[in-house]
Amino acid sequence: MISARDIHKHFGGVEVLRGVSLEMGKGEVIAVIGPSGSGKSTFLRCLNHLETIDRGEIVIEGETLVSTAADGICRYVEETERRRICRKMGMVFQQFNLFPHLTVLQNIIEAPITVKGLARETVVPVAEELLRKVGLLNKADSHPSRLSGGQKQRVAIARALAMEPDIMLFDEPTSALDPELTGEVLRAIRQLAEEHMTMLVVTHEMSFARDVSSRVVFMDGGEVVESGAPHEFFANPIQARTRAFLNHLG
Amino acid sequence: MDYFLTILGPLLDGTVVTLQVFICTLVLAVPLGLGLALVRVSHFRTASRLVSGYVWLMRGTPLMLQMLFIYFALPFVPVIGVRLPDFPAAILAFVLNYAAYFAEIFRSGIQSIGRGQYEASQVLGLSYGQTMRRIVLPQVIKRILPPISNETITLVKDTSLIYVLAMNDLLRAARGMVQRDFTTMPFVVAAAFYLLMTLVLTWGFMRLEKKYSVYDD
Repeated sequence: MISARDIHKHFGGVEVLRGVSLEMGKGEVIAVIGPSGSGKSTFLRCLNHLETIDRGEIVIEGETLVSTAADGICRYVEETERRRICRKMGMVFQQFNLFPHLTVLQNIIEAPITVKGLARETVVPVAEELLRKVGLLNKADSHPSRLSGGQKQRVAIARALAMEPDIMLFDEPTSALDPELTGEVLRAIRQLAEEHMTMLVVTHEMSFARDVSSRVVFMDGGEVVESGAPHEFFANPIQARTRAFLNHLG
Repeated sequence: MDYFLTILGPLLDGTVVTLQVFICTLVLAVPLGLGLALVRVSHFRTASRLVSGYVWLMRGTPLMLQMLFIYFALPFVPVIGVRLPDFPAAILAFVLNYAAYFAEIFRSGIQSIGRGQYEASQVLGLSYGQTMRRIVLPQVIKRILPPISNETITLVKDTSLIYVLAMNDLLRAARGMVQRDFTTMPFVVAAAFYLLMTLVLTWGFMRLEKKYSVYDD
């Protein structure tokens, strides 16, 4: 589904990604963990072109988004193509980024109508079904400012799903939430995993990584240090850096 | 009372002229200002700089000077030189001037919308134009209503500057009668007319702000 090879990225003089590679198959749920500043969020954001990469190659479902020629020059495909390829991926942000001027329902139907050109009558039932799924159908006509953080994030998940993506990217979906609200969001993500949605989740929730993911990827210093099945990964971490990180979490 | 009725007619005529300048300016300057702001925040460097220069020019010189220039000097400018009658000349000056101020208000509004809104729009597949039209600008309107209201009320009073082109607006009509009849009564009535116009505007903008208060940012 996603093939990222040798991704390099720097901000100013700082090299945030130093040759990150990741192959992701259909139905996989990958949890990306690591300390702050390890580049895990940046890596996620590179996959759907929220950040541009300096070097490397990203292929989404067999279609090249960006590649680097032998001469070292990194080229993205042209804009219409880029947008079409990136639409295969839905994304959920740490800060929700709901549209405050629209109601919950309008937030969800906006992109299917504007981008896909679907009729309102076809989209509304789909949106209502998604809202029922995340348990917020009764909030359809509320504005986001009236919702709790956990509710906002569940709306954001429904909004992303309304575009029927093949892959879902989560950028620390529970990091901005009060501890008592993380559960409801994690449940929604877990439910998606049970429906075999392909997902890449950058997270600090170790229990979530352990219980829900099919593979854990540990990043540090802009590199993938270690990855493996969650059971193996948490029971027998190979690399010293991984052990230090896990011990530090207690 | 009889005197009041005799001055009412000319003052109402003056009010009509004032309102014509006000409405024409508003209807033309707001869209032009929005267009300028969109160019200003775009990635077209040269165009963006040109707009900055334009705003500097228009805010940096008196509106009266601009009006006098368009009326008296424009006819002698090579190529674009054209002699405009007084009303179009006044409107042109007001629109060019106010568009610069509106452009700055729109720009500040657009730039106050967080990056996250653009990123959320991008990952949902919206183009830049769709993002502006559907997501950013509707939120901008709510945020810029207070400064727009300010500018609009200023415009009502600025219209009195057209007296330099010998146009009979409300204030000039009043002044004519004050000088003729040796009484300040026309000034008082004119003031009441201005206050009435700004009262209507204030009320209208309050209604708009209320309409947009259904959501918080």
